[in-house]
Amino acid sequence: MGILEIKNVGKRFGGLQALSNVNLSVAENTVHAIIGPNGAGKSTLLNCLVGKLIPDSGSVMFDGQSVLGRAPYEINQMGISRVFQTPEIFGDLTVMENMMIPCFAKRDGAFELNALPSVRNQKDVVEHAMHMLEEMRMADKRHMHAAAMSRGDKRRLEIGMCLSQEPRLLLLDEPTAGMARADTNNTIDLLKQIKEERDITIAIIEHDMHVVFSLADRITVLAQGTPLVEDSPEKIKGHPKVREAYLGESA
Amino acid sequence: MDAILLQILNGLDKGSAYALIALGLTLIFGTLGVVNFAHGALFMIGAFCAVMLQRLLNLSFQTIDESQKDFLGNPLKVDTPYVEAWFGPETGAAIIDWSVPLAILFAIPIMLLIGYVMERGLIKHFYKRPHADQILVTFGLAIVLQEIIKYFFGANPIQTPEPSALRGSLDIGVMIGFEANAIIYPIWRLVYFAFAAVIIGGVFAFLQFTTFGMVVRAGMADRETVGLLGINIDKRFTIMFGIAAGVAGLAGVMYGPLNPPNYHMGMDFLVLSFVVVVVGGMGSLPGAVAAGFLLGILESFASTTWATTTIPGINQIIIYLVAIIILLTRPRGLMGRKGVMEE
Amino acid sequence: MLGLDKKDTSLLVIVAILTLLAPFILNPFPSGSAMAQFNAGYPDLMQRFVIFGIFAIGFNILFGLTGYLSFGHAAFLGVGSYSAVWMFKLFSYNVIPAIALSVVVAALFSLLIGYISLRRSGIYFSILTLAFAQMSFALAYSVLSNPKFNLTNGETGLQVYADDPQLFHRDSLPDMPHLFGLSMRSTYHLDIGAWSFDFNAGYYLCAVIMMVMFYLAIRIFRSPFGMMLRAVKSNQQRMNYTGLNPRPYTLAAFVISGMYAGLAGGLMAAMDPLAGAERMQWTASGEVVLMTILGGAGTLIGPVLGAGFIKYFENIFSKINDNILHQWFSFLPDGFEDFMVFIVHPFIGKGWHLTLGIMFMLVVIFLPGGLVEGGQRLGNWLRNRGKGAAEAKTKQEPAE
Repeated sequence: MGILEIKNVGKRFGGLQALSNVNLSVAENTVHAIIGPNGAGKSTLLNCLVGKLIPDSGSVMFDGQSVLGRAPYEINQMGISRVFQTPEIFGDLTVMENMMIPCFAKRDGAFELNALPSVRNQKDVVEHAMHMLEEMRMADKRHMHAAAMSRGDKRRLEIGMCLSQEPRLLLLDEPTAGMARADTNNTIDLLKQIKEERDITIAIIEHDMHVVFSLADRITVLAQGTPLVEDSPEKIKGHPKVREAYLGESA
Repeated sequence: MDAILLQILNGLDKGSAYALIALGLTLIFGTLGVVNFAHGALFMIGAFCAVMLQRLLNLSFQTIDESQKDFLGNPLKVDTPYVEAWFGPETGAAIIDWSVPLAILFAIPIMLLIGYVMERGLIKHFYKRPHADQILVTFGLAIVLQEIIKYFFGANPIQTPEPSALRGSLDIGVMIGFEANAIIYPIWRLVYFAFAAVIIGGVFAFLQFTTFGMVVRAGMADRETVGLLGINIDKRFTIMFGIAAGVAGLAGVMYGPLNPPNYHMGMDFLVLSFVVVVVGGMGSLPGAVAAGFLLGILESFASTTWATTTIPGINQIIIYLVAIIILLTRPRGLMGRKGVMEE
Repeated sequence: MLGLDKKDTSLLVIVAILTLLAPFILNPFPSGSAMAQFNAGYPDLMQRFVIFGIFAIGFNILFGLTGYLSFGHAAFLGVGSYSAVWMFKLFSYNVIPAIALSVVVAALFSLLIGYISLRRSGIYFSILTLAFAQMSFALAYSVLSNPKFNLTNGETGLQVYADDPQLFHRDSLPDMPHLFGLSMRSTYHLDIGAWSFDFNAGYYLCAVIMMVMFYLAIRIFRSPFGMMLRAVKSNQQRMNYTGLNPRPYTLAAFVISGMYAGLAGGLMAAMDPLAGAERMQWTASGEVVLMTILGGAGTLIGPVLGAGFIKYFENIFSKINDNILHQWFSFLPDGFEDFMVFIVHPFIGKGWHLTLGIMFMLVVIFLPGGLVEGGQRLGNWLRNRGKGAAEAKTKQEPAE
């Protein structure tokens, strides 16, 4: 029984069957990559997991509880954090404030009218955020406006923000898309480190095979909205069906 | 039955005005992505084009008629409008009498020019700014335009009568088989409705059947792609803004005889037109027109004695109530598309 | 001090000193002199400064922090005024219960309107609040004023009549709004040489309340709640995926700003026991938007500055007439004098709104951060110039 159980999920947009009969199980404390050609339904599937879309059929269970019909913030509070393709951070706020917000969300839940005490006096949150910034090696940038940082730094900050909530499942949506090789390798190292140091399950959608094969314990290949094969990276590499769907080679 | 028909007809004139303003607003939303709070002011300026033309036509010179005496026994001073002197008394008087319809010709170049200047001089710089800034700057512009008109024309409403041939009422009921006097309807309201229908039809035909319109519609759907095709969409959008200004202006010109124009009529109509646009569905042209007529007619039903005695003042709030209910049940409006003006 | 850091404390102290000494500061010219027309230190105007200051501070909590542009806040101000006058009519002229009621009623009203309006964001939100405000105006102006049920007294405006119950009114108490017997209109005149200063009870009540509200606003700005509101403005998507529900945060900001507006409305009625529907019109909402933007949305001091600025110039500009203009320009040759008067004429007296509209456009176009940003830019420029001069000097020195 995996921490994330996707059963028979289907989703239709008008005439397009984006997902059909998706069954997927993500085991705890593993890195599970979902790969597939463009239009295979990877992003749709991800959106079904975080509450942005509601599938037409099937079930999505996280740690024994259904996530369907819950709002994104509720799903996050259950322990699922998401990293976006283009970093989604609070651009108008400072790096420190960016990091404090998830720390508050971790401490206070979805809403807390904490309107009179000063942020400075919330010692536990300040320490937590500072600790996370140090771990992400961005403490020296804490007074910067987040929007002014480089893309690699924004990505690092976003991952840090997600980790500060101590999620049990981290969803990564093409975390290295549009990155230079050096930034990509840095991100891979960061993710490897996270995987080693924490009890965390990671599900990653990725185009870049280099990233996938450096990180994944298990790979699912999605094609035309349905899982083609699921196996270990070594097996996937040579799998004829994958080559056919992914590389367009005939088997 | 006849009472219902009468109320529907009564709603048509206001509905026409709402529809025309909302149409222009939607064109601007859809093409430029800008929320124009000064659109009501354009309607008002249109109405004052008619006032201006009327004043111009009535410019007179004075002659002294020795053969007649006024009541003090002095020679009578006679004012003769220049137009009467130039075209002869009869033609001249007719021109003055028809000043409101003539003002259409007068208003078109003025409105297009105002629209052009507004877009190039101000709105253009706000495409990339937040919606709040667009609202605020056009709100400021609306105040300025309205105060300028107030400065030149005063705060009181100014009569702009319809041509005498189109004054009075028709007994429409008799024409379609009801009893006499069941449905009496002022002629000018019919004229206004017909005029609005022609303009709306014209705008739709223009968008549907011309290449220009096709590009604009494509631009409304997906601005960036059309830009990539190498089509100068900005220039077309400027023209579109001019057209929207023209539509609002013409709606104002012809509205004068129904309700004497004053400097704040634009603001009054603007709020309602926004409601109309939202009810119709932001970015949907047919939605704007349909909602305009719908709310106009609804307002007219709410103004009946029966309605106002049951719930006093219902005619003043009905539009807002309906708008709120529709927005809560159908957040995108009656015919709205997904993703228009949503963050 | 008071749980604020040094910078905020000094800001609060400056505001406190300015408001408490306002009767002196705003009357710099001797009362008999030609410049006396620029004095603004009379009670009525000073009260308006601080009341609109409160209104704008509250509006800024919503607009400045969350970026939700409401065009309907005048409705809450109006509701506050009506509630206060009803309190006067039914119970007593004491301002405390009246103001308390206006805040409570405005809170409930803004909770209702906010709950519905906040289901949509962006431009839809602005239009919804606009529609609500216009509806409230129509309700107050005509619907809720009919022989069967007269809540607002329509066009005339709601006021206190001799035959109203006023259950707790005693003959010993003043026959106008008072604070436990101290009439809001009681004013102490102080004459120093050619100068004269007015110290009005009503003004000081408003001023103290404004300082408290300003202090609360600082606390909100610096609190986790304030940070969440800025997060709402910055990126709602990230907020949602960070386990935070933006809607109650925005609703809370909406209600808080509605309460500020209700308080301002209650104070207005406390200064002059009359409530009219025109206070609720959307142009009145536009005015507070204007004050906030002009001063600097999202800054602490901006709204107060904006409110003071607009109310001051409204007062001064409306008073200037052609005769005064002729006096000003009398040093010019005759033709020039008439020309200058002709040029300036449209912008003064009744033309104040034209000036206001133009100023508003200029601020939005060139100075989106308002007066505060303008001040900062000026400060930076001066500092850089000073620094530049100093650097030039140090460069020269070694050569000597």
